Amino acid sequence: MRKKPELVCPAGSLPALKAAVDNGADWVYFGLRDDTNARNFAGLNFDARTASEGIRYAHDRGVETLLAINTYPQASGWDRWQRAIDQAADLGMDAVILADPGLMRYAAHKHPKLSLQLSVQGSATNHEAINLYRDQFGIRRAVLPRVLSVAQVEQVIHNTDVEIEVFGFGSLCVMVEGRCALSSFATGQSPNTFGACSPAKAVRWEPEGEHMNVRLNNILIDRYAGGENAGYPTLCKGRFDVGGETYYAIEEPSSLNALELLPQLTAMGIAAIKIEGRQRSPAYVAETTRIWRAAIDDCCAHPARFSTRPQWKAGLTKLTEGQQYTLGAYNRKWN
Amino acid sequence: MKLALGPVLYYWPRQTLLGFYTNLPHAQLATIYLGEVVCSRRHGMRTADWLDLARDLARTGVEVVLSTLALIESEADLRAMRRVAENGEFLVEANDMGAVRVLAGRARFVAGPHLNVYNPQTLAWLGELGASRWVMPVELGRDALALLQPERPGGMQTEVFAYGRLPLAFSARCFTARHYNLPKDDCQFRCLDHPDGQALATREGQPFLSLNGIQTQSAQVYDLSGVLSPMRELGVDLLRLNPQSAGTNSVIEAYSRALQGNLGGADLEKALASCRLTDPCDGYWHGKPGIEHVTA
Repeated sequence: MRKKPELVCPAGSLPALKAAVDNGADWVYFGLRDDTNARNFAGLNFDARTASEGIRYAHDRGVETLLAINTYPQASGWDRWQRAIDQAADLGMDAVILADPGLMRYAAHKHPKLSLQLSVQGSATNHEAINLYRDQFGIRRAVLPRVLSVAQVEQVIHNTDVEIEVFGFGSLCVMVEGRCALSSFATGQSPNTFGACSPAKAVRWEPEGEHMNVRLNNILIDRYAGGENAGYPTLCKGRFDVGGETYYAIEEPSSLNALELLPQLTAMGIAAIKIEGRQRSPAYVAETTRIWRAAIDDCCAHPARFSTRPQWKAGLTKLTEGQQYTLGAYNRKWN
Repeated sequence: MKLALGPVLYYWPRQTLLGFYTNLPHAQLATIYLGEVVCSRRHGMRTADWLDLARDLARTGVEVVLSTLALIESEADLRAMRRVAENGEFLVEANDMGAVRVLAGRARFVAGPHLNVYNPQTLAWLGELGASRWVMPVELGRDALALLQPERPGGMQTEVFAYGRLPLAFSARCFTARHYNLPKDDCQFRCLDHPDGQALATREGQPFLSLNGIQTQSAQVYDLSGVLSPMRELGVDLLRLNPQSAGTNSVIEAYSRALQGNLGGADLEKALASCRLTDPCDGYWHGKPGIEHVTA
């Protein structure tokens, strides 16, 4: 019997952290209130006081805490990233999750007891890349970008002793994380440089007759007819013209939901499953955590009989983008 | 400052590709990058073919560098990467950390544009592993370069992407196959029909992006010909010009004459305007959205 995968849940605020802890997370991850983390949104994230309170709340209930310092330190702001590492150590975080090798080296030298994980933003899609971070910095766990099929995930697991974590649910990046500059191309700010994709301050909603135009730094990302459900203009999820056709040329507005893959992922030895959504509400965190907790427990108790229950499916569908979900690249046909 | 020709990022028929390299103005190039960086399914050129081409080109006196695949997903991709990284004959451009692991401590290498070097600490680390040159990520510009240059390890050369459609993103998904409603595993190599990528425009007809298989590029042609002096002052060693299906030789000529001081200002702009596929952009250099065009 394989080890039960750990459930890693997001927190954009203290109430969200408590929701994750109360509903069965094994780990809760969060970021600080600046561009050192990849959800650098106004009103989100933690300061020293809330972080410290959150850690105490989690630790009192046996839940581990992870600080996301998963953007790339810009040359002009290195000190801020370095301070975030020091702060994680001082606060007593159980681990930090990083993308930048320079920052990893700092953390490994300065705080040898601080456990390191490789963020999805590190863009390591194969075992050679993951083992480089292990050899160089002693990383304990790596999160795989959402580009590998189930069979490819298994290959990675077989070729490294680093624990492998995958995304189970939440917003779906179509591009390899850490290798996408579309957002800075359109707006000047990207996940790598600023910790945000398609930043809210660049968004403009603009009614035009019966239609609603939605723009990102004045670039038309989509146009909705009256009555059509309008989503947030993440720039890869708009409708564009290619070869005379207008369609979702890159990806539909949909979320990842890998719940049905739990038996396979567990059998191959996945160490942890991550729920995306630090930008989402405490209610979202509570519901996704509760459902995934139940599903993981059920799957590990009766792997042969596991099937996704209708109420889990219904509960998760309500929380997806555009009420649609996909297996993404886990399913080779998605490509 | 010298000129480097980046790898061909598109899928061109083998004869077209070989003809392209035969007819280059080799004397004006210091370096040529060769290899398939985008899609492991493209098989017009095998590793042995790239090596043969590399040897032919090296005889012209140009430095040849073999570039590795940017997105490595399968064991087959890893084997292909190792064949390139362990070629033992030519310098290698590592475009993913897996390639860095294979090269580290074994050979000098080029840290390619897809490695995410955003700060001096990471650049120093790559230098210790054996990088002798780095290519600045395309989304960085003048201000970041000004901070990185004084800190670069001794002997480390700096290359800046200066001309061509910007390589912006990679995906597991093939957007060209998606356009034709074909599965990626049976894509019928439709990217052969798009030798400069396939234009993607907004619903208002604004050129925005360009689809090149699993890669997304800018629709606009990035062109830093207007900022040659600042780049020289910052100690840039190489300018990367990326191949396009037509007019590449004219681009090389124009840049070459500009570097020699024989072409500049409006004449340089006129020479390049006649060979650019689309409107230019240069926002990244100026710390603005990449799509913008700042230099007049």
